[in-house]
Amino acid sequence: MRADPRALRFGAAVTSLVLAAVLVTGSSGLLTFQVLVFACGVVWRSPYALLFMAVVRSAPTYTEDSRPPRFAQGVGLVFGVAGLIGYLAGITPLALVATAAALLAAFLNAAFGFCLGCEMYLLVRRLLPAATTEVSQ
Amino acid sequence: MAGWWVAPATPALATTIGVIRLRRDGRVRDSDGTRLSADDLGAVLGERATLVQFSTAFCQPCRATRRILADVSALVPGVSHIEIDAESRLDLVRRLGVVRTPTVLVLDSTGAVVKQAAGLPRKADVLVALAGATSEDR
Repeated sequence: MRADPRALRFGAAVTSLVLAAVLVTGSSGLLTFQVLVFACGVVWRSPYALLFMAVVRSAPTYTEDSRPPRFAQGVGLVFGVAGLIGYLAGITPLALVATAAALLAAFLNAAFGFCLGCEMYLLVRRLLPAATTEVSQ
Repeated sequence: MAGWWVAPATPALATTIGVIRLRRDGRVRDSDGTRLSADDLGAVLGERATLVQFSTAFCQPCRATRRILADVSALVPGVSHIEIDAESRLDLVRRLGVVRTPTVLVLDSTGAVVKQAAGLPRKADVLVALAGATSEDR
């Protein structure tokens, strides 16, 4: 599946706004919404990207592999869920750090086009024990 | 909730990181001269120099990097371009200290890593690095 890079940037910008609003309001409902959006992005497409594609009908000048952004949505989902646990259980440091981490990644993607989640992939793989790597060869 | 100050502080931090990254991204720098053999790479070394690219499936700029390196290797005689899936060669990734994809290594004719770049390199920088790697031909 190919992805429209403009839709991905738009999605990252909306995600940044929503996560900033979560931090300001401390609303676990809003974070639940964003977690569901991340989950949609992992299994199919981000609803924000779909919204963009519904409004902007012009075709993109180029398309991207959809696997990197999908992986990044998964990273966002992990941080989102961790933040949600923090808010619901009243563990403020966890709530703030996890939500801020997701905001950091989304903002970097929106403003600079850097996919932090994608780049974490190799670091995470490197940290895994050697036994796992033997299998993958 | 202390979230009201985390909300503006995080984008500020992200902007700082982004600006630093923009400056450093793809910059070609000197390497330590580790020697790689054809066995290490799983491919034959280029006659005069070799461009080694580490990629992963979850890497946006890898495709653009591939295009640049393929162009350069077609342009400069005796230079080959090898792309390695970082995930299937974690031994090499650890040995060479590769933390990001794409990472590009410029090897001289003996397989010594003379230059390296993390992130999408500029074509002109790769050409300059190659000129250095091939002119030092011993």
